Amino acid sequence: MEEIANLFQGFAVALQPFNIAVMVLGIVLGVIIGVLPGLGGANGVAILLPLTFSMPPTSAIIMLSCIYWGALFGGAITSILFNIPGEPWSVATTFDGYPMAQQGKAAEALTAAFTSSFVGALFAVVMITLVAPLVAGFALRFGPAEKFAVYFLAFCSFVGLSKEPPFKTIAAMMIGFALAAVGLDSITGQLRLTFGSTELLNGFDFLIAVIGLFGLGEIFLTMEEGLRFQGGKAKIDLRVVLRTWMSLPQYWMTSLRSCVIGCWMGVTPAGATPASFMSYGIAKRVSKNGNNFGKGEIEGVIAPETAAHAAGTAALLPMLSLGVPGSPTAAVLLGGLLIWGLQPGPMLFVEQKEFVWGLIASMYLGNLVGLIIVLTCVPIFAAILRVPFSIIAPLILVLCAIGAYSVHNSTFDVVMMLVFGVIGYALKKCNYPLAPLVLAIVLGDKAEEAFRQSLLGSQGSLGIFFSNTLVSTIMILGLIALFWSVIQNGFTRLRTVAA
Amino acid sequence: MTTQQSHNVGPSHKSVEAGVTTVIGIFGAIVVYGSIKAGINWGAEGPKAGFFPFYIGLFIIISSLINLWNTLREDDGNLFAEWGQLRQVFSVVIPTGIYVGVLPFIGLYVSSMIFIAWFMRWLGKYEWPIIAAISLGMPVVTYLIFERWFLVPLPKGPLEDLLGL
Repeated sequence: MEEIANLFQGFAVALQPFNIAVMVLGIVLGVIIGVLPGLGGANGVAILLPLTFSMPPTSAIIMLSCIYWGALFGGAITSILFNIPGEPWSVATTFDGYPMAQQGKAAEALTAAFTSSFVGALFAVVMITLVAPLVAGFALRFGPAEKFAVYFLAFCSFVGLSKEPPFKTIAAMMIGFALAAVGLDSITGQLRLTFGSTELLNGFDFLIAVIGLFGLGEIFLTMEEGLRFQGGKAKIDLRVVLRTWMSLPQYWMTSLRSCVIGCWMGVTPAGATPASFMSYGIAKRVSKNGNNFGKGEIEGVIAPETAAHAAGTAALLPMLSLGVPGSPTAAVLLGGLLIWGLQPGPMLFVEQKEFVWGLIASMYLGNLVGLIIVLTCVPIFAAILRVPFSIIAPLILVLCAIGAYSVHNSTFDVVMMLVFGVIGYALKKCNYPLAPLVLAIVLGDKAEEAFRQSLLGSQGSLGIFFSNTLVSTIMILGLIALFWSVIQNGFTRLRTVAA
Repeated sequence: MTTQQSHNVGPSHKSVEAGVTTVIGIFGAIVVYGSIKAGINWGAEGPKAGFFPFYIGLFIIISSLINLWNTLREDDGNLFAEWGQLRQVFSVVIPTGIYVGVLPFIGLYVSSMIFIAWFMRWLGKYEWPIIAAISLGMPVVTYLIFERWFLVPLPKGPLEDLLGL
């Protein structure tokens, strides 16, 4: 099989000493980012993106994706030890992880979480290896209408799947689209929405938005709590690891189910958080220990962690093969591709084989390296949380400023970052989801281009989006996703009427 | 979140949310206005520049109206935040604003030093030796990592010129 040969070449790339070093560095930085309050995967990667400008693209993406894996691992540490979810998708891990830690079984919980994360990620990477080239090959035949339909589907699934009120999701998303439209119009070359300001000529960069919304916004939120972090201690010794590993195979069914849920949900945007909750919910219903869930059941750690990590990894499948990121962090990685001069989308698989397969190979290795690092270094990472917030907060704020400045070497961007930070704080407090906003800034131009090109082809008729089976199928899937909560309510009502 | 005991404790969630929603709606109106200025019809090369953002702006206005309606309809009596909490938030937002404002003039290194030192002294009440170690150490480490190893230039001010960095 051609893919297998390509993958082995990818391993040859990923195993170069420089790339291994970059991998380890990325994982360590990622775990630190995941553990620290106010720094998550998306803005952590965004801040560190400038560091990769001088690297070859393959090493750069390996480092950044490893930061992402590290952040996913790191989220579990704070969830279990301190009941503080580092990322939205580690919320479900706190339900059973934290009670386990309180019962003195922190080491078991951590081992189970890390191992499940690894299993989930591995499953998703295998899926990416097998499926991504096929999807990319398929997508090469897409015209503008099909491209727009894919964006449509992606954004509709946000509305249908997110737990925020649908009209808030729509509002947040449309703000993102509007911000993306500011500046030079790529088709007519005309200026729009700049209102005479020269700073806005190039529009808003989503990396600045990510750093502001997720970085500064998060710090402001944390300040509200006054934050007195109570650092705990954690140590994992080899005996506990081995004992926990011995007990894990009996939960193979939970693992497999969570992997499938994670992969399925991860491919559609906004998937990781619902995936972890769904996986936890189903495990609770199906398991014979279901009544113990919430009181420190190891299965309640395995299910959400496996699904979240599978989803987080699977989010890279649409990014690589279609150019549509499945999560904000994947969006930042996509932004990286553009900066390094690569065009994301199906052509990557044809033109940049070394890059794509190097990245995929590094996902296998990166997660393995990550598992080893987190299992052995938990005490060090937990100790980071003992550093008081009044030291960490200014350091993070300075890092955010450095990251925002170095994207375009512009101090105006640093000001924008602060503006986005305040906006992020206000929106988050009012229950507006930030992920669709960011994704809309990233994809806005492309979605608009596809939309206008399709309309050009059809002389302005919207019928083009239902003109053949392929595009209609994607559009109808999008509409189902859009009205998913309405459909679900309808079913529940039907069932209650029947009962 | 605590339920509201008295009006003096902090602003209600409802009023702040209504405010945020209104601002979003106004933003939508600005987008619509800007799009109309750019042209929303069909031109020689197809839809004009304002065509797409015009509808985006409309969507923002419509969804804000619905959100506003939902906000005003239900009053859960929750607080947005207590005044004390908001004061803490602003005790970070305002200095960060000053930091961002002076950064272009005195450079990133000096302003970061002052910012970190201020933060640790004011909010953390640390002893000066610790403050000095961290507020001087961070810029040095930053300089080595960004400018030396990864060749990313950062904004500099008069002090760096004086030192010839």
